[in-house]
Amino acid sequence: MSHSTVPRSRTEAKTKTPREETPVVSGDATGPPGSGRSGKLGLKVRFRRDRVLLLMTLPAVVLVLLFNYVPILGNVVAFQDYDPYISDNGVVSILNSPFVGMENFQRIFEDSAFWNAVQNTLILFFLQLVLFFPIPVLLALLINSVVRPRIRAVSQAILYLPHFFSWVLVIAVFQQLFGGAGIFSQLLRQHGYDGLDFMTDPSTFPLLITAQSVWKDAGWGIIVFLAALASVPPDLYEAAAMDGANRWRRMWHVTLPALRPVIALLLVLRVGDALTVGFEQILLQRDMVGPGAAEVLDTFVWWNGVRNQDFGYAAAAGLVKGVVSLGLVLAANKVAHLMGEQGVYKK
Amino acid sequence: MTAVIDKTVRGPGRWAAPPRPGWEEEPSRAGLAGKGLALTLACLGILFPLWIVVVTSLSSRKTIDEAGGLVMVPKDITFIAYKELLSGGQVTRAAVISVLVTLVGTLFSMAVSVLCAYGLSRTGSLGHRWILLTLLATMFFSAGLIPTYLLVQTLGLTDSYLALILPSAVSVFNILVLRGFFMGISQELIDSARIDGAGDLRILWQIVMPLSRAVIAVITLFYAVGYWSAWFNASLYLNDQDMMPLQNVMIQLVQKQEAPVGLGQAIKTGQLSGLAVQMAVMVMALLPVAVLSPFVQKHFKKGMLTGAVKG
Repeated sequence: MSHSTVPRSRTEAKTKTPREETPVVSGDATGPPGSGRSGKLGLKVRFRRDRVLLLMTLPAVVLVLLFNYVPILGNVVAFQDYDPYISDNGVVSILNSPFVGMENFQRIFEDSAFWNAVQNTLILFFLQLVLFFPIPVLLALLINSVVRPRIRAVSQAILYLPHFFSWVLVIAVFQQLFGGAGIFSQLLRQHGYDGLDFMTDPSTFPLLITAQSVWKDAGWGIIVFLAALASVPPDLYEAAAMDGANRWRRMWHVTLPALRPVIALLLVLRVGDALTVGFEQILLQRDMVGPGAAEVLDTFVWWNGVRNQDFGYAAAAGLVKGVVSLGLVLAANKVAHLMGEQGVYKK
Repeated sequence: MTAVIDKTVRGPGRWAAPPRPGWEEEPSRAGLAGKGLALTLACLGILFPLWIVVVTSLSSRKTIDEAGGLVMVPKDITFIAYKELLSGGQVTRAAVISVLVTLVGTLFSMAVSVLCAYGLSRTGSLGHRWILLTLLATMFFSAGLIPTYLLVQTLGLTDSYLALILPSAVSVFNILVLRGFFMGISQELIDSARIDGAGDLRILWQIVMPLSRAVIAVITLFYAVGYWSAWFNASLYLNDQDMMPLQNVMIQLVQKQEAPVGLGQAIKTGQLSGLAVQMAVMVMALLPVAVLSPFVQKHFKKGMLTGAVKG
C-alpha cells in the first residue's frame, strides 16, 4: 500500500523536465506530422494509431481488474449469512446465501475480540511510529556523513540486505537469537540465570514486533532520505561555513531543513496507513504468543474467515477496516497536498 | 597511460577519503571513532545473526552439542546437513518448487509489467489517463482477504501453482517505476526509430529496454524476491503438503520444530543435528537473495525515485 510508495522529493522533481512539456511527435502516418499523440484526432483514428499501446497494457489491466476490482463485489458476503458449503463455487454460494442486513456488523461491534484487535493494531502502530520511524533518518545522516565511497557502498549493501529476506526467515532468525533455545537464553544459562523466551511472551510482543521491523526495514528506509540529502546544493554548506557555522550548525540549518519535507510526507502517509501493521509478520507469530497480544485487524479477519469459515463475519470486519483505511489514506494525501507535497497521487 | 589511471582508482584510492573542500574543518578523532563505532554496530547487528545461522548449519553434531545450541565459532566444518537435505525428499522438492515458481512468476510479471509500463509511457495516447487512474486507485484500497479468497476459489485456482502467481502477479508500484524510467528516454530517439519504420513492440525491445537495463534489473529483483519470499498464498490456497514451497516448509521446520519428512530418522540415529538442518534450510532461503541483491544495489536509489507518480 501507500507506505511502500517512495515519492520523489520536491527538489528532485524540479531538476527534471517533465516529459509533458516536450512536444510529443508521432511519426505515425495517420496523424499529421507534429500533431502529437494528444492532437485533436477522431476517436477511431486515435484508436487505430494507439491500438498496439492499448494491447500492451491489456494483460496488466485484466489482472488488476480481476484481482483488485472484481473481489470488491465479493464484499456482499459481509451482508450475508454466507454458507461456503452450498457449492465449491464461491459465486454460486454467494447467490444462494441469505442476506442478513447489518447483522454481521452489529456482531462485530459487540465482539470484545474485535476491539482487542483494534487496540493491538493501534498499540503496534504507535510503537512503530515512535521507535521505528526516526531510525532511518538517523542512519541516513550517519551514512551521508561517511565520505569514503567504498565504506559507504559496503555498509549500504549490508543495511539493505534484510529488506530482501522473507518474514519467515526474519522470524526464524529472531527465534535463534531470543527464543527459548536461542543464543540469548544460552548465554544467560551459561552464567547461571534462567533462560528467557521473548518469542512467546505476550507482554513484550509489541517490542519484539518493532525490533523485527527495525532489523528488516530500517536500512531500506534510508534510501529516500539519502536521495533528499544528495540533492542539497553543496554551496549551501559552503555559504554556511563562510558565515561561521560549524558542522553541527550546518546539520541543523542546512541538512535537517532539506529532510523536513520528506520526513513530513512519509509521516503523513504512514499515519494514513495506520490500520495496517505487518500482517505476515504477526500472523506467523500469532500462535506462539496467543491472540490476546498478537491479534490485529488483519489477523482477526484471517482467523474468523479462513480458519473458522465464518466468511460473512470476517468479510464484514475486513470491510470496516478497508473503509476506515481508505478514509485515512485519502485524508493523509489531502494533508500532504496542503503541505505542498505530491502525495501518492497528484492533485 | 590508462592503466596507470586505473591503478590509482582501484588501489587504496577507493578506500581513501576524497579531498576535503577548503572550508570544511578536519574531523575530530572522537567524532570519527564514534561514527565508525555506530556504523560497525549497525552492520554487525545485521551480520552477526546471519553468521550464527551459517556457522551452525555447517557444524557437526558434536560441535553443536558442545556449544549447547547455536555455534558462534566455526569448528569441524561439514556439509552433511546440506547433503541430506538436497538428496531428495521434502526440502529438495520444496526448493525446486520455489525456484520454478520464482522463475516463471518473475518472467510473467516482468513481461506484463514492462508491456504495460511502455504502453502507459507514451503520454497522450488513447485512454492513457483512464488506464493509469484505474491502476493508481488500487494503491488506496484493497478488496479484502475474504473476497479475494472466494474469487481464487471460484476461478478454480485452489491447489494449483497458478494461485501462487496470478493473484499477486502485477505490482502497480513496479509498473509506475518502470513507466517513470521509460518516460525519461529521449523522445527524439524513439521518433527516429519510428521514422525508420519500427513499431511500438520493436521500439520497446530494441531501444527502450536496452536503455533501461538498470531499472529492469531492480524491478526483476523486486518481483523475484516477492515470489521467493511468499508463503501466505501457498498456505491459503494449497492443501497438498507436497506442493508447498520452501518458505512454508521452513515455517514447519523452524517454528513448529518439526523435522523434515524423511530426515527424522537420520536425526535420531545419525550424527546429523536437527538444529543444523533447520539452519541449513534457512541458509538455502537467504542465499539467493543475499548473493543477488548487492549486484543491483547501486541502482536501487534510481529505481525507487523514478517511481514518483506523474499523471
